[in-house]
Amino acid sequence: MPADTTLERGRPLTGAELLHRADWIRLQTVDLIAQAGLGHYSSTFSAAELVATLYYRALRLRPGEPHWPDRDRFLLGKGHVATGLWPVLADLGYYPRDWLKQFGKVGSPLNDHPNMKLAPGIDFSSGSLGHNLSVGAGMALAARLTGRDYRTFVLTGDGELQEGQVWEAAMAASHYKLGNLVAIVDANGFSGAGPTSAAMNIEPLGKRFEAFGWTVREIDGHDAPTLLKTFDELPDPGSHEPVAVIARTRKGHGVDFMEKQPQAWHLGLLNAEQYADVVAEISARMELANG
Amino acid sequence: MAEKKMVDVFSDIERETAMTANPAGYAVTELGARDERIVTLAADMSNTVAEFIAKFPERYIECGIAETNSVSLAAGLASAGLIPYIYSMSPFGMLKTCEQWRTDVDYNHLPVRLVGRLSGVAMGYFGTSHYAVEDIAIARTMNNTVVLSPADAASCVSLMMSTADLEVPVYIRIAEGVGKVYDEAPAYEYGKWPRLRSGGDVTLIGHGMGTGLAAAAAEALYEHDSIEADVFDAAYLRPYDEAALLASAQKTGRVLTIEEHSVVGGLGTIVAETVARAGLVVRLDQVALPDKDLEVGVPAELYEYYGLTPSNVAAKARNLVRR
Repeated sequence: MPADTTLERGRPLTGAELLHRADWIRLQTVDLIAQAGLGHYSSTFSAAELVATLYYRALRLRPGEPHWPDRDRFLLGKGHVATGLWPVLADLGYYPRDWLKQFGKVGSPLNDHPNMKLAPGIDFSSGSLGHNLSVGAGMALAARLTGRDYRTFVLTGDGELQEGQVWEAAMAASHYKLGNLVAIVDANGFSGAGPTSAAMNIEPLGKRFEAFGWTVREIDGHDAPTLLKTFDELPDPGSHEPVAVIARTRKGHGVDFMEKQPQAWHLGLLNAEQYADVVAEISARMELANG
Repeated sequence: MAEKKMVDVFSDIERETAMTANPAGYAVTELGARDERIVTLAADMSNTVAEFIAKFPERYIECGIAETNSVSLAAGLASAGLIPYIYSMSPFGMLKTCEQWRTDVDYNHLPVRLVGRLSGVAMGYFGTSHYAVEDIAIARTMNNTVVLSPADAASCVSLMMSTADLEVPVYIRIAEGVGKVYDEAPAYEYGKWPRLRSGGDVTLIGHGMGTGLAAAAAEALYEHDSIEADVFDAAYLRPYDEAALLASAQKTGRVLTIEEHSVVGGLGTIVAETVARAGLVVRLDQVALPDKDLEVGVPAELYEYYGLTPSNVAAKARNLVRR
């Protein structure tokens, strides 16, 4: 693809293709984690349809020119799910697929959490929860100051919303009328140690964002038609309220035994038998969809 | 300086021009006129950039009392090609936000500038919550951050002008208790320490208010004791002037550091680490704030109490020479 080829917003993607992509992300994730020896399965799986929608439909991108000033930005606030992003960026041509083979090794540009200085296509580093909505607000404000119409998307976990800085950013985004900023909450209901709201209640999320001056879309984060419609119909970047897409998801979605025990698979490593079961379950679904 | 009262920290009394009243605010306004990419941010400290706001209102971003957000927000602005200058109180700048600074600004090599006003014990009787005596110890461990501590108003402006084009993070630590050190500010070279005086008996190195104290003490040492001091302005704390330090330490064999910062982790530590690594046998001493709970009072009395005075600097230098 020529360096100046732009992937526009609203690219053709059927609902079936979206779900197929999400499952492909899951399979790739399982392989990357097997290679590295440890990883975040269930929180990557809850976000798989969201990542697929963004990168194969909603974002305006130029993979041959990762620093193109007019690209839409994507920040992975919940940085621990980068294993789901690495195969996507390779697929879009940000770097050779060979790079994936180095994942988890010393010197690899691709880490468990993304580093913008190392990996092309990463708009900002993450890993320290709670920072990226502030950074995204800065990018959105920069768009206003420089007269550009790009959007900035920030994917946060629901546990991440317990960080106080998120709400400082939420205040600033509405104060500065950043309708070009979209927070996507992967509301899978769990953080590392247990149910999110058992640790510290964050609900009602929609009302909280509304109270901070945001436009709220509360959706099923695995439902393809809803995802396509929601991201196709985002308010114009020139509008005056930041948008919170609260995606109700299931942690571990797409693998039956993980969805039943999401917390056990927040961080872990599948043994050989489990690996085979997971690959079989996802592959069967993908073949069925193809058939 | 000695008779400065609490109110003087916040006023322009005895100050002549915008440049001397608020050199860091003056400098960023000058820079802003040259470079449209420069924006300023503050968390309820807009008075520190009033001149900039008057000239470029659309390029000032008020952050409210939310310092951590201001640093990450600035990182986002910088990643999109702008050059943000954050004006903060040092305790709530480098100290409260050090993780945001490290992770979002420093690790990502972004050209954000943090201007820390009211550093050291400048906030005086407000209490120790408002002190920043650990900030240099923290800032100098950051991989990519340039750490500056101007000696006076003119050097503040000169340092800010000379670092404006650096494509890395910069922390500018502003001391409030400074008198005039330079008639004309030196043209600072990157990582170099200007020499204020030459001598072979003892080396005096200061930053911030410590520079003026070193210069005044050196004068007294020469006049009353015929002690000749090598005196340096350690405005650059990261990177610092290792060559100048080692050459002078080798020559005099005695080094005294002077700083409005904890004895731990600041200039005194830099000097000790450097001479030890080089294998030099040198007598060291520090004029700095002790590693314990600090007293509260008006700054002038605190400086007296903790020996941040020309006479105490001279006394310590004399001891080093005679020991």
